[in-house]
Amino acid sequence: MTTSVVKANKSVFQDQAFFKRSYWSLGKIITLLLLLGVSILFIIPLLWMISTSLKEAQDLVGTRWIPTRLAWENYVDAFSFGMWPQWTLNTVIITVSSVIGQVISSSLVAYAFSRLRWRGRDTLFSVVLATMMLPSVVTMIPQFVLFANLPAFGFMGSKVWTNTFLPLIVPAFTGSAFYIFLLRQFMRGIPQDLTDAAKIDGAGELRIWWSVIMPMTKPALAVVAIFTFQGAWQDFMGPLLYLQSEKWYTLQLGLRQFEAAAGGSPAWHWLMAASLMVMLPVLIVFIVFQRYFIEGFNFSGLAGR
Amino acid sequence: MKAASVVDQPLVRRPLLRPALREELMGWLFAMPWIIGFLLFLVGPMLFSLYTSFTRYNIIADPRWIGLDNYQNLFFDDPLFYKSLSNTFWMVIVKTPLVMFVAISLAMLLNSDVPGGKFFRTIIYLPNVLSGIAAIFLWQFILAPNGLFNSALATFGIRGPGWFVDPAWTKPGMVLMGMWWIGGNVLIFLAGLKGIPRELYEAADIDGADGWQKTRYITLPLLSPTIFFEVITGIIGTFQIFTTAFILIGSKNAPVGELGQSMLFYVLYLYDRAFGKIGQGGFQMGYASAMAWVLFLIILIITAVQLWLAKRWVHYETER
Repeated sequence: MTTSVVKANKSVFQDQAFFKRSYWSLGKIITLLLLLGVSILFIIPLLWMISTSLKEAQDLVGTRWIPTRLAWENYVDAFSFGMWPQWTLNTVIITVSSVIGQVISSSLVAYAFSRLRWRGRDTLFSVVLATMMLPSVVTMIPQFVLFANLPAFGFMGSKVWTNTFLPLIVPAFTGSAFYIFLLRQFMRGIPQDLTDAAKIDGAGELRIWWSVIMPMTKPALAVVAIFTFQGAWQDFMGPLLYLQSEKWYTLQLGLRQFEAAAGGSPAWHWLMAASLMVMLPVLIVFIVFQRYFIEGFNFSGLAGR
Repeated sequence: MKAASVVDQPLVRRPLLRPALREELMGWLFAMPWIIGFLLFLVGPMLFSLYTSFTRYNIIADPRWIGLDNYQNLFFDDPLFYKSLSNTFWMVIVKTPLVMFVAISLAMLLNSDVPGGKFFRTIIYLPNVLSGIAAIFLWQFILAPNGLFNSALATFGIRGPGWFVDPAWTKPGMVLMGMWWIGGNVLIFLAGLKGIPRELYEAADIDGADGWQKTRYITLPLLSPTIFFEVITGIIGTFQIFTTAFILIGSKNAPVGELGQSMLFYVLYLYDRAFGKIGQGGFQMGYASAMAWVLFLIILIITAVQLWLAKRWVHYETER
């Protein structure tokens, strides 16, 4: 299953007849030029951000691309404000826990919906799909009320779940509709013989899920992990609602704090330096795991069909 | 080979329950994380919010039943409700078709056999990993009155507007900025385009169809399920705009004044009523819950209408 998906992609993307003269029509040249133009437009903001982050304050006005002097100290200056190491640690804790929770729970649930036969399964699955359409804002307030009343027994110095990481982490352990859907589609493609064989060898369902299904769904799990990582890392509203103490802030909240304190038009170079630092981990993950990002959208494309 | 092992190895353990019953139980157990989450974080909260929408409630004191008062205030005494609603509808109506048009066009460009397709695809998707509030700051800087964008316009002799400082231009500015994150939509459309059989185009070539005819009679109809999916999820997403406006309005986060009100979107106003710092009092959980339910119903109706309209324009291959 896994390999066939990858193979299909490769053959689709292979450039055919590249060397033939007839390959280059006028239409193709125009397409290429358009794509080139769009790509430049899309990359400019990022380059501008990098350029600005390395400028001295007097270079900020106008459209100078190359700073008169590369002011690397902007990064040090930006870093010296606030509690960046603590905020980074908080974000890492929340993100890693969410990824683990999401991967395990969504895959368990997808297993139930794809590889087990039980009464009510199909009805329940259509409920799962329906929740995808539900605007999250409907549950925002009551969830807040719920977490403001659930006891945390002094965890992270709080009596209740609010102002701890729990409201941001625990829901990830209940799976999310879209990832359940995605993994279910993937698991349905695994031949029944494989799990039957394991069953005959005396493996229980939990064992089959862990040692047969999980390894075989790695590419799909990677998609779930990567999108959960990105979502958690860049989440703003969740931390804004639930984290009040500055020391529990995530990077997103920290960045806003930084902007409020150091921001405004004269401090763009610091703000851009800080912003780049906050963005960097996601950018690195994208560069390393690019294939899975793209793969994820091939799955999403299927969702429309 | 696998069948052979069935014969060779007799079952050692006798299962506790009948296999069918066992599987039944296992199904529910494996689905339990989602079932618990569904009941605890979704159904429970939704019912509670339906109840609080008929009460006055500030979290600290118990909710007090006031019947339809919240809804009545919302519809008859709250100009900001209509302001936020019209801002939100403005975004939905302007942004959705524009995103669809640009994303489909880019996907079609990417889908043609030009060299470097993978490279262009990566560049167009790149901004999507650069989101979060860092990117909002970046665009605030780029669209500043003397920023990069207006300077670029100036070289063509166009005097750029004061995007996020002029109330008339805040929403167009947000739409422009949103175009940078179109990569996700493009990739979904691209996946849809890849699913269209090449033979159809070849057959059309033989019949002498031109590019426009191929787009109109092959590409768009066969892409329509993907377009439909994107329109529905896009509209639901746009109805819930929050972070961008929250950041743009500024660190004081007070959507007062003409500038703030031009970016007062529905969820932002709801947030403000529930947790807000502006003069409204904040912690009006009952009122905010009523707002949430009104939004839910609006989205429900729009989605239902779209499902009904879909019968006329969405083409499903599997339907026979």
